Amino acid sequence: MLLAIDTSTGTSVAVVDRDGGVLAEVGTDDTMRHAEVVGGFIRDALAEAGVRPHALSGVVSGMGPGPFTGLRVGIAAARAFALGIARPVVPVVSHDAVAWAWYTAGGAGTLQVVTDARRRESAVSEYDGLDADGLPVRATGPALAPRDAVAPPRGIRLDATRVPAGALGMIAELAFAAGRLPVCADEPLYLRAPDVTLSTPKRVSR
Amino acid sequence: MNRDAPLVLGIETSCDETGVGIVRGTTLLANAIASSMEEHARYGGVVPEVAARAHLEALGPTIRAALAEASVTLDDLDAVAVTSGPGLAGALMVGVGAAKALSLSLEVPIYAVNHLVGHVGADLLGDDEPLATPTVALLVSGGHTSLLLVRDLDSDVELLGETIDDAAGEAFDKVARLLGLPYPGGPEIDRAAVGGDPDAIRFPRGLTRANDLERHRYDFSFSGLKTAVARWVEQREASGEPVPLADVAASFREAVVDVLVDKAIAACADLGVPRLLLGGGVVANRRLREVAEARADAAGIALRIPPLSLCTDNGAMIAALGARLIMAGHEPSGLGFGADSTLPVTDIQM
Ligand SMILES: [Zn+2]
Repeated sequence: MLLAIDTSTGTSVAVVDRDGGVLAEVGTDDTMRHAEVVGGFIRDALAEAGVRPHALSGVVSGMGPGPFTGLRVGIAAARAFALGIARPVVPVVSHDAVAWAWYTAGGAGTLQVVTDARRRESAVSEYDGLDADGLPVRATGPALAPRDAVAPPRGIRLDATRVPAGALGMIAELAFAAGRLPVCADEPLYLRAPDVTLSTPKRVSR
Repeated sequence: MNRDAPLVLGIETSCDETGVGIVRGTTLLANAIASSMEEHARYGGVVPEVAARAHLEALGPTIRAALAEASVTLDDLDAVAVTSGPGLAGALMVGVGAAKALSLSLEVPIYAVNHLVGHVGADLLGDDEPLATPTVALLVSGGHTSLLLVRDLDSDVELLGETIDDAAGEAFDKVARLLGLPYPGGPEIDRAAVGGDPDAIRFPRGLTRANDLERHRYDFSFSGLKTAVARWVEQREASGEPVPLADVAASFREAVVDVLVDKAIAACADLGVPRLLLGGGVVANRRLREVAEARADAAGIALRIPPLSLCTDNGAMIAALGARLIMAGHEPSGLGFGADSTLPVTDIQM
């Protein structure tokens, strides 16, 4: 059993099992309150699945792409939870979960996944279906493109506002079963160098 | 949970130091810190996005280092404490996300605490007499310059005053830059001031005139001082005379220290509180400690300065405040708190 956490768009948390599938999934499309909701979602997903932390064998982390500040909350949470139960972190590209969910729901052909990257840019990945192990085949991306100049899709374009953590977790289960872990590097997919604007410390209000 | 001497791990990510501390009650077991200061040096100040990225990478290793230093395991912990504000929002969120997940994975309660009150909490970890209250606390760093009245560390803290523009540490950074010295400015100004005459140039003391004192008795302002130093140096250069670096550095530092200590001592006198506590990274400035010691002594005020490793931002002070809240019987924080970059000092726990 795995706990899966993604904050690359909204916040999504799930508990998955290779045989039982997605046991619980909770989330929101709210892109402003990752730090506020992530704890409650982890608690609720575990409760709904009836799973104690130590029964988990790993924690799946959506590595983005996604806006920095929110993305980091989920990765920090996944890494800390994994540390707490002394189990590994399984990093997965967040777009892969969107593609996997679409294909397993009956989608076929080439899929372009597009998410908001802020600053009038989009993050884009293209997929060519699922492979023999049931894992999504990413042909290109993730990469940034101006929001109004995303390349025309070769097949269907899917604009995602939530990355389903259940799908993220199932990718990790399938990759583990196929002996194909890790499926991506344990590094956040920022896709952008940091701004170098200096901090203007805010005053504490009375 | 052990409420007499709880084993608490504290996480601090409000600025550029990733701090993880472990305490048992009021006993310090570990104070592990990873700093991203070097990454900021070339920008001349803390870059929030750079700091936040560094926190994410440093947090796991720093937690492991703290556990090793304390010779405890995560399963031994009674609670997790975390800074939820004030500070840089993106940086705070890394610690908040990690701390919530850690507490859930260990099935222990979480305490979300105030960074500024944490600076006062650092004093709980000293070997000497326990912190006596009420006390005035002067907290000075690159991110804050605040004067607090602490009546009770876990239930009653009041903001007396704060900077209305730059933090004192920021003033050191900016003046260092205009004097051609590298970041961080505090130690550089100190080095440059060696042998300088602190009375050579009378730089302005912000918010000390009679009409300012009415409204801003305990507030600070350093932007006028920075401008005054810049103007003085420019005039010197324009007239073709050499700039006496040691005198400028010493006189500038004296102006900062003078106003910090004067206002803190005035607060003690006004409020009839014969205790003053210093905290924050600028306490590393020896001249500040010297002047504070001399004037506190003269005024019959007991001065307390925690060890310097506990004055700069660190996780041990957050753990100490968390442990204090537990020992005083406070309930854990709910899981719904976020990062509050402007959290007021009156909110000791979220
Ligand atoms: Zn501080």
